[in-house]
Amino acid sequence: MPRDYDLTGGYARRALDAGLVTEDWYKTPIDRKQMKALMKRADQPAIRDTLILFGLMAVFAGAAIALMPSWWSVPFWLAYGVLYGSAMDSRWHECGHGTAFKTRWMNQLVYQVACFCMMRDPWCWKYSHARHHSDTIIVGRDPEIAIMRPVVTLKLAANLMGLVDVPDGLRRMVVHASGRMLPDEETYVEAVFYPKTYRTARIWLAIYALTGLAALLFQSWIPLLLIGLPRMYGCWHMVMTGWLQHGGLDDNALDHRLNSRTVYMNPVSRFIYWNMNYHVEHHMFPLVPYYRLPELHAVCAHDFPAPSRSIPQAYAEMLPVLWRQRRDPDFHLRRPLPDGAHPYQKGPRASAA
Amino acid sequence: MAEWIDACAADDVEEEDVIRFDHGDRTFVIVRDHQDNYYCTDGLCTHEDVHLENGLVVEATIECPKHSSIFDCATGEVETPPACENLRTYPTKVENGRVLVAL
Ligand code: FES
Repeated sequence: MPRDYDLTGGYARRALDAGLVTEDWYKTPIDRKQMKALMKRADQPAIRDTLILFGLMAVFAGAAIALMPSWWSVPFWLAYGVLYGSAMDSRWHECGHGTAFKTRWMNQLVYQVACFCMMRDPWCWKYSHARHHSDTIIVGRDPEIAIMRPVVTLKLAANLMGLVDVPDGLRRMVVHASGRMLPDEETYVEAVFYPKTYRTARIWLAIYALTGLAALLFQSWIPLLLIGLPRMYGCWHMVMTGWLQHGGLDDNALDHRLNSRTVYMNPVSRFIYWNMNYHVEHHMFPLVPYYRLPELHAVCAHDFPAPSRSIPQAYAEMLPVLWRQRRDPDFHLRRPLPDGAHPYQKGPRASAA
Repeated sequence: MAEWIDACAADDVEEEDVIRFDHGDRTFVIVRDHQDNYYCTDGLCTHEDVHLENGLVVEATIECPKHSSIFDCATGEVETPPACENLRTYPTKVENGRVLVAL
């Protein structure tokens, strides 16, 4: 059956009535001592990665500008774009959780920068992501469902260049700058933060206006290639990895093993994605920082479905399912659990199957 | 007048850690910080009622296991959103190796 993903629509009510709006998600039992060690924070890994990230962005942007208008500048722009339009997504994510750095102001600083790059209001997206964790892939509740059923292929493909997200981000920015929130945001953002959202939108619009003005004054694309456009020409990696998080899997289930996917990835993608390829682990235990997710993965392996071995293998598993969901939106994958694993918990605990 | 209730042995809670304490139909957490101070707060996060027993204690703060709101264990003050409401705290003391809370 086609689903209604509107957070103010009938499916929101249905989810409540079905007992799907709850904290009672399945969790793999882990000894408290071990869990404490896994949750332990450190500054060093994220400082290292942040220096590498911003250092590379400076180098790529510098080389691209130096080589303009030659075609040789293109690869450098593309590399800069991926760091801006994709790596900033994972920085937004980790720093939003407050897990990347041990020191709070470092999380907050990188979070603000990443929010700007991704065109995501810091407060709206803080709350939208909190909802995504409370009600992961619960239809009518989760505001961050990337692949809706039935799948609209053209819309998905367009977003590889940010053609859905960027207009939406700009629209929200303009609405916020005018001192209003959108109806869906009102269902999950605390009203005390509305004024901060309005102020942020006004500052960001001013920055984009100045960037556009600089492009006009200097008769150059460089200001726009540095600020704003990389959110479009560099977001493909975020979209490619993001689809794998939940695509083709179950919805309206209270077990992250049913609706999330862990995928082994190459080291470059893992740097860009900050280990969010361990996605089941992240959803089940969101306080574990990205640099301890491989360890958590090993601890949980006995209770989780086997991970996809690579990005191509994950796509080979997911794409045929998405194709079929165009006609049969209820169709989804259910991967076998290892022997001895706790059975899946599809619904509220009293009726766990 | 609040009554002092025996919640647990002081050693039941490790350094920089938390345990759950239920009393009657109410639920609390007992937190021990890095300097062996003990605190008792309501057990449920003020954001979405998730129990704090699986939270992360750093010094005298507790972080909610669901969306990472951080609360000051001494005052209950919320330090980071998404929670906006402070946690209720209760007077706590240690006597003869037992943690007592005034509820
Ligand atoms: S339930 Fe505690 S921060 Fe959301």
